[in-house]
Amino acid sequence: MADGVLAVLGAGTMGAGLAALALGRGVDVVLVETDPEVAGAVGKKVRQDARLGRLLGGYRPREVGEARLTVTGDIAKAAAATAVIECVTETAEAKHAALSAISELVKPGTLLITNTSAIPVDELASFCDRPQDLVGAHFMNPPYLIRAVEVVRGPRTSDDAMDQARALLAELDREGIEVGDGPGFVINRVLQRMINEAARIVEDGVASPEAVDALFTGCLGHRTGPLATGDLIGLDNVVQTLEVLAERTGDAGYEPCDLLTAMVREGRLGRKSGRGFHDYDQEQVKAA
Amino acid sequence: MTETTQNSVGTGSSTHQELLAFLDAKTGRTLDASSDLFASGISSLFALQLVVHLEEKYGVTVGGADLKMDNFRTVDAMVALIGRLRGATG
Repeated sequence: MADGVLAVLGAGTMGAGLAALALGRGVDVVLVETDPEVAGAVGKKVRQDARLGRLLGGYRPREVGEARLTVTGDIAKAAAATAVIECVTETAEAKHAALSAISELVKPGTLLITNTSAIPVDELASFCDRPQDLVGAHFMNPPYLIRAVEVVRGPRTSDDAMDQARALLAELDREGIEVGDGPGFVINRVLQRMINEAARIVEDGVASPEAVDALFTGCLGHRTGPLATGDLIGLDNVVQTLEVLAERTGDAGYEPCDLLTAMVREGRLGRKSGRGFHDYDQEQVKAA
Repeated sequence: MTETTQNSVGTGSSTHQELLAFLDAKTGRTLDASSDLFASGISSLFALQLVVHLEEKYGVTVGGADLKMDNFRTVDAMVALIGRLRGATG
């Protein structure tokens, strides 16, 4: 990746966070975002988040020259990328469009990473010109603070692509934990179901969101409870991921509960909208 | 650490007063200049707001190795940082 350029497709929460991490580590980034409103605002956010990551010790700084950030709506500007991370909306359709477009543009053998939360890597590999170049890397939010990454090798992923993925993670100062393919991989196969069930408990009036989360933090020592975790991920993303899991596993336990879908309809998306299961208006100054 | 700026940066300086008032307004906490903000329950995420505030209010640029929590942990530390950065540029 030395002298390389990382292309990040999609400037949502994860795309912007990954661009911040790369920038902070001195890697040039081309951030592709087709929504002009999002693209217009994201440059400032990426630069601020890169500083936040450094301030909080989320990555080890490198004394290299300042990296360059290019925000563009034109995917063709990513043609010279030495690695690509796809972070578009969590639907097979959106990922199909992004992966097929980028794999036609970049040089064969260029590492393609999908940051999908739950869609099997092999399903997405079918959208690429060269399925062997695709690796799954499920970064956590915010990626510039959380070092561990769930790395997913699809059945068609090549050794070379895996080696490139390991090198990229080293470049970004992240630690990959490699697992096999399947809906939701490891984390979301367990976590999304837990969030859904926790929301259902609130929906049924069995416990308040505060009580649910307090049990997981207080009794089990989790750093955050399942509903606060859902708020952090974004409840719209939780619902999309649950739908992906329900569709691909046929397991009704993954079907998003009514409370979750109603909250998303009302725009109560969690931290990013200021309110989800918990309120975040004063979040930045309150005790963590 | 030299603190040679146009403003006085002693313990009771206007910079101290302004930063304490800013923290009071933003966090609802009455602190003193040596209080550890992050040990007093303020989220570490608030540190970035402090960076931006220092840059906008005092015309300094906080970058590179200065982006560390210890520079924002207390009002005293922030005042010292402002003094050093102003000294370096001015």
